[in-house]
Amino acid sequence: MSAKRTKRGVASLLLAVASIVYVSPLFIILFNSFKSKTYINLSPFSLPTKETFAGWENYLVGINNYGFLQSVGWTLIITVGSVFAILLFCSMFAWFITRTKAWYSRVLYLLCIFSMVVPFQMVMFTLSKTADTLNLNTPWGIIIVYLGFGAGLAVFLFSGFVKSIPLEVEEAATIDGCGPLSTFFRVVLPIMQPTYITVGILQTMWIWNDFLLPYLVLDQKHYKTISMTVQMMRGSFGRVDMGAIMACLVMAVIPMIIFYLAAQKHIIEGVAAGAVKG
Amino acid sequence: MRRKKFAGIIAIVLCIAFALSACGGGSTGGGTAPGGSPGGGSPGTGGGQAAAGAVYYLNFKPEADQQWQALAKVYTQQTGVPVTVITAASGQYETTLKSEMAKSSPPTLFQVNGPVGLASWKDYCYDLTNSKVLGELTNDEFALKNGSEVAGIAYVIESYGIIYNKALLSKAGYTQDDIKSFADLKKVSDDITARKAQLGFSAFTSAGMDSSSSWRYTTHLANLPIYYEYKADGIGSSPAIKGTYLPNFKNIWDLYINDATVSPKLLSTKTADDAVAEFTTGQGVFYQNGTWAYNDIKAIGDDNLGMLPVYIGAPGEDKQGLCTGTENYWCVNKNAKPEDIQATLDFLYWCVTSPEGTKALCNDMGFTIPFKDNLPTTNLLVKIANDYLANGYTPVSWNFTTMPSETWKSDLGSAMTAYAAGTGGWDAVKTAFVDNWAKEYQLANSGN
Amino acid sequence: MDKALRRNLPIFVLPTLAAFIIGFLGPFFMGLWLSFCKFTTVQDATFVGFTNYVRAFSDMTFLGSLGFTALFAITSLVLINVIAFALAMALTQKFAGTNIFRTIFFMPNLIGGIVLGYIWQLIINGVLAHFNAALAIDAKFGFWGLIVLVCWQQIGYMMIIYIAGLQTIPGDVKEAADMDGASGRNRLFRVTVPMMMPSITICTFLTITNGFKLFDQNLALTNGEPARSTEMLALNIFNTFYGRVGFEGVGQAKAVLFFILVVVIALIQLRITREKEVQQ
Repeated sequence: MSAKRTKRGVASLLLAVASIVYVSPLFIILFNSFKSKTYINLSPFSLPTKETFAGWENYLVGINNYGFLQSVGWTLIITVGSVFAILLFCSMFAWFITRTKAWYSRVLYLLCIFSMVVPFQMVMFTLSKTADTLNLNTPWGIIIVYLGFGAGLAVFLFSGFVKSIPLEVEEAATIDGCGPLSTFFRVVLPIMQPTYITVGILQTMWIWNDFLLPYLVLDQKHYKTISMTVQMMRGSFGRVDMGAIMACLVMAVIPMIIFYLAAQKHIIEGVAAGAVKG
Repeated sequence: MRRKKFAGIIAIVLCIAFALSACGGGSTGGGTAPGGSPGGGSPGTGGGQAAAGAVYYLNFKPEADQQWQALAKVYTQQTGVPVTVITAASGQYETTLKSEMAKSSPPTLFQVNGPVGLASWKDYCYDLTNSKVLGELTNDEFALKNGSEVAGIAYVIESYGIIYNKALLSKAGYTQDDIKSFADLKKVSDDITARKAQLGFSAFTSAGMDSSSSWRYTTHLANLPIYYEYKADGIGSSPAIKGTYLPNFKNIWDLYINDATVSPKLLSTKTADDAVAEFTTGQGVFYQNGTWAYNDIKAIGDDNLGMLPVYIGAPGEDKQGLCTGTENYWCVNKNAKPEDIQATLDFLYWCVTSPEGTKALCNDMGFTIPFKDNLPTTNLLVKIANDYLANGYTPVSWNFTTMPSETWKSDLGSAMTAYAAGTGGWDAVKTAFVDNWAKEYQLANSGN
Repeated sequence: MDKALRRNLPIFVLPTLAAFIIGFLGPFFMGLWLSFCKFTTVQDATFVGFTNYVRAFSDMTFLGSLGFTALFAITSLVLINVIAFALAMALTQKFAGTNIFRTIFFMPNLIGGIVLGYIWQLIINGVLAHFNAALAIDAKFGFWGLIVLVCWQQIGYMMIIYIAGLQTIPGDVKEAADMDGASGRNRLFRVTVPMMMPSITICTFLTITNGFKLFDQNLALTNGEPARSTEMLALNIFNTFYGRVGFEGVGQAKAVLFFILVVVIALIQLRITREKEVQQ
């Protein structure tokens, strides 16, 4: 018995070491963001000293010179708006095509599955061109683009769940005099809550971090997402401000970590559920 | 209950989002256009806006980004015409220009680097023949011609060479008079390197080959063998380079990488910023860069700054001056809306004639502009460049504008980095220089 | 019910369908068509047949990136799944702190590819500097750098899926195996792995398609350096398309080939693993 206990203790210890190694990159970025920019490339692994400490300077540069907070704002708007649109419209769409037995329902379902495998490069030019012609190059317009490009996975997961809802529940509602709309919102939507969480989380993780789609679609004169800002900071004729980059990396990571710690249980369950449906 | 809580969280998140994106609005970056109306004044949504046109400048020179942003703001305050300046990340001007040109509100003002760049973009260039800004040029040679049309206008003349720290050089026992040729440069530099530990500094600052910074070598340094080859052959551009002066190119590159502050193996991660830091903190005597770098390095004091020609040991280099020229031509997008084209032309004219515009260009950005209203410079490096001219030294022209493509440059950079790191031989550099030139020239000219 | 629902088709279907056409179907077919055209914008496209495909195949960088991507996808597939599976096995044992470990291992998943790329660029270059080397001087550093990066990012995700799978294995199966006196290794390969086939299908599917589609991390970490030798397919296509005027058609043709490749690989992979599932 005690042999087993020691074994477990050793396993715990090993995993503890592994997890410290695992999170260390984040700490390296964190302490480097407080070093003045010339020392970061020189010795990335040494803690800030009196000489190298830069205080909040890097953060101020990132915020003032690169408009970082602005891009956090736009990213938030795009993510929340798109995820909301995807959840609402795709769940309605999925319920419809699962519950009707028309030929087009089957076709739409297959098209959605198909769209999940297509790499973005296949449509990158034509999609950005279409979005631009239709004036979808704003954070509001890009929501429609995300709804379209993200529909595949969402519809797939939602209809997987709808199939598992017993028909009787919905029929009972119809008998009570509910039309399709009120059946959906009063009966189906509440039952599907776990799937909403799953889809919402998967889409949030994608849209928040996405780079190429907003880079090609958005009107860069006015709107940049976090990923775009970080990418643009590299370059500029040798003006690679490592300090500001570190600060912005930290500021980019923090909202996601807060989101994660706040909704950790849902996220982990959501990911697992999303996979099992597949 | 739970749903209410959830809705509450969403509401808070959205409030934060709006607050953030609004607060940044006026401060910096892209948000200079007042109103910032969604849709950016694109057709159909711009009903409420005056049809006065707007300017969208895709700027090539990141070192002048802040100054352009400020100048745009001044112009907007004075005239009410929105001016947006976006600066592409280094090495990504072509990709950015291409993706931006495909959008419905494309740049109205963009840049090409010379005849090679013009070949790609000539279909987008508005004919500037009758523009007021053309009339301000001091010399016709600064107009970039496309057949009988004027496709672009050079707006800045710059010079580069080897900037050096006078105090350090004299500490090592030398002055500028000791360096009149490549042989002298090598002797001095090798001597400093030999006494590096004792002196406490190196000869050259690091030749950073990070992709953000490799242009100092793949473009500027590589200009010299091209210049001498063209000069010997009496030509101004070529579909195939022979590489006559590549041995000289090797000599100077060897010097840069071996007599430097850092090991040649680490150059791939170094940026021009690192070199600036080394130079201003006195770790290296020599720093290859141009007049645009003045603001970065003036901290070490005007008395301490000097500039040398980039000697490579070519014949006749005793009269060689700094490398002077331009790779910055303004082009107006002819596919923009007529009112935007007009607004852009007005803006350009204002830039080169108004007190605010010329002050910004000449003093704040430190440019020498080829226009009638050029102001006397406050930039010491520009003064040095002028002195070279006045003393009868022959400026080296900027032939790198005839390099066949951006790919040619980046491939050359990779080969030079590999050679420095010891993972590749000089033959690869030769191939990238000579064979690739013909190949890229052919690709660039057959692509269409 | 069916009929009443169909009458409401516009409300339920149209919003998503319209967006789907704008955001996917339209661009997809337009892209397919454009791959046979010479164009700089959509309006000026002229049909040129298979020229673009011929030029795509005569581009050595494309074939090089294909090889690099394939090698990368397979290596990352094996490493991520083996490590994630092992971690899942460990974390479903009963000992202190499993929840905290799970939380930590999953965390990197929420960080975007661009941000990840720059985080690891600093770290890997910092480590390599001690050996007088750097990411951009040798393709093998770039390769292993990318591998480390995607492992760091994706192991947690796959681990979660494996844990969920392990938790569905009924206790009596394990007990039965114990009673039969199966050794640890036998139990793993005869009982656990077969029972886990559905999870393995998902994870291998996700890792291999992620591997082939990788873009952001590649752009940020190596950007193809040195000499485009660490340029993966997605980045190669992007650079072809936007890097040079006159090559839009070639870029689009490469994208179509890329799309076909991904679909074929996904189908093969699903078939192989699904076959194993059926056998159970």
